[in-house]
Amino acid sequence: MRLTQGTFSFLPDLTDEQIEAQITYALSNGWSIMVEYTDDPHPRNGLWDMWSPPMFDLEEGEADVVMRDVRACREAHSHLYVKVVAYDRSKGRQTSALSFIVNRPEVEPGFRLERQESHDRVIRYTIHSYAGLNTPAGERYGGPGGDLAPVIAHGAKSNGKSGE
Amino acid sequence: MSTTEKDGQKKTKSRWDSGVTPYAEMGYWNPDYEVKDTDILCAFRITPQEGVDPIEAAAAVAGESSTATWTVVWTDRLTPYEHYQAKAYSVEEVPGTPGQYIALIAYDIDLFEEGSIANLTSSIIGNVFGFKPLKALRLEDMRIPAAYVKTFPGPPHGIVMEREYLDKFGRPLIGATTKPKLGLSAKNYGRVVYEALRGGLDFTKDDENINSQPFMRWRDRYIHAMEAVQRAQAATGEVKGHYLNVTAATMEDMYERAEFAKEVGSVIIMQDLTVGYTAMSSMSHWCRANGMILHLHRAGHGTYTRQKTHGVSFRVIGKWCRLLGVDHIHAGTVVGKLEGDPAMIMGYYKVLRDGFNKKDLSLGIYFDQDWASMPGVMPVASGGIHAGQMHQLLHYLGEDSILQFGGGTIGHPMGIAAGASANRTAVEAIIQARNEGRDYYTEGPDILVEAAKGCPELNAALEVWKDITFNYTSTDTADVVVTPTSA
Repeated sequence: MRLTQGTFSFLPDLTDEQIEAQITYALSNGWSIMVEYTDDPHPRNGLWDMWSPPMFDLEEGEADVVMRDVRACREAHSHLYVKVVAYDRSKGRQTSALSFIVNRPEVEPGFRLERQESHDRVIRYTIHSYAGLNTPAGERYGGPGGDLAPVIAHGAKSNGKSGE
Repeated sequence: MSTTEKDGQKKTKSRWDSGVTPYAEMGYWNPDYEVKDTDILCAFRITPQEGVDPIEAAAAVAGESSTATWTVVWTDRLTPYEHYQAKAYSVEEVPGTPGQYIALIAYDIDLFEEGSIANLTSSIIGNVFGFKPLKALRLEDMRIPAAYVKTFPGPPHGIVMEREYLDKFGRPLIGATTKPKLGLSAKNYGRVVYEALRGGLDFTKDDENINSQPFMRWRDRYIHAMEAVQRAQAATGEVKGHYLNVTAATMEDMYERAEFAKEVGSVIIMQDLTVGYTAMSSMSHWCRANGMILHLHRAGHGTYTRQKTHGVSFRVIGKWCRLLGVDHIHAGTVVGKLEGDPAMIMGYYKVLRDGFNKKDLSLGIYFDQDWASMPGVMPVASGGIHAGQMHQLLHYLGEDSILQFGGGTIGHPMGIAAGASANRTAVEAIIQARNEGRDYYTEGPDILVEAAKGCPELNAALEVWKDITFNYTSTDTADVVVTPTSA
């Protein structure tokens, strides 16, 4: 599956040039920038790990500074999800204004839907990432000793946009 | 004020004589009135009957929507009636439209119960719209003072909280109403929901008239819709939702359905405008208490919002709904199949979303409106829109909106999921181009064609709907040549 969180997941993966253009747009709006990564892309996980403190004071022409962080984070976590988040602190907003994935694992195994049959045909649902169901943080998605390392070694490819 | 009171003293005898006295002479017309920050202000479009003086007509509206009845009553004198009387303070002819006038009327905040749209509307639009000396009457706009705004709950969540709840930023949300509106069984209904959500939509929606009919009872629909939502979440890793319509015959039924929607794990429910202001307010409270996003379908509004001379403008309905508290409300598409002049719709969207509305007659906004930090409502565009219009939709409606492509998803030649993917790809491509600094409105068709090269679903959508537009004249437009002189 292809994880489709973020503003641009239905487009082909953005090139560095395209990422930089989005960052320039964010900076031109006075937004601050964060680079975040995770090995737990559950849709309710709003707390990806921060690669560095938020970048508050950059000028419009300093997208290259952010790109240095993007590249460094991608290099350190090339087997994980990495996203760029632009934050708008203005009154009445005070939330993210843009959030898009800039790196994804080579293999995205997706999520398992679990159903617990309850009373009167009610079903309680929960979803688990296939990567890391029983794997500690840091070892998922083909990290050292990770549970997908053998899959990746066999050259499996990430597939299309949808389907479990 | 003092001169009026002095006049009042002089005229005391005739003012309180039994019988009928013109409203204007009873204190409901006061051109010198100084508006207070706490007053509720109304702009009415008045069309008096032949021979009726427009000032007397405006005073009559002020009177009948506040303290007056048709004849003098001595019991007024038991009250500080000057305080409770609404005051018409300005009457101006609508330029280029003989026989129509805009009357501005001020109401003291003491006239209204805190936090009650039912009470507010029973006064302001209660009796007066059937008043014989008027041919027609339309409530164009209201200024709700911050002091009164603060007595209302506002949206259960608002735009910011909804985006954080869904973890979706930087683009309009996209959805679809399940079609056909009526007749699907619960399982088939779930199929449509699943395909649309896994294909890329954020939301699907019950239609306004899907409640609990013999072909599909509400409980069965909820169960099948939630299976679809959950499977789509697993397939995409995104939060998805289906607006489960809780509209029903009684409030008890509505609560029962809302409780079940919560039990099966829905993030969102919906109600129809037809349930009334009190029922909507009750659901708003329930949604705040239960972490449920609340969608409002404005079923029936066209009966009183559409005609320019009579009824209530949708911008007023929008203000009432923001106050009583909904998270979404249908507010027009500009380019789709339903009524809507671009400037008027932009005005509605501003009233729903912004923290402060500046008076702007070109948008139909008659007063400054301070929302006193009340969160915004997400406007929903639905009805006859498709992927090929994405640049226009973003241009007219902005990023904080929900674009609903019902036919434009389910009618896709390659299937429902393909239709959803086409819409999602189109919105992302236009946002990307805008952010890159391109003139996305002018270049929109080219941007979409470029994006379609990597997306056969979008390519097919552009092909099948390329010539579909709905170009009809709007009935409700701005009086663009209005030259305001009053504050």
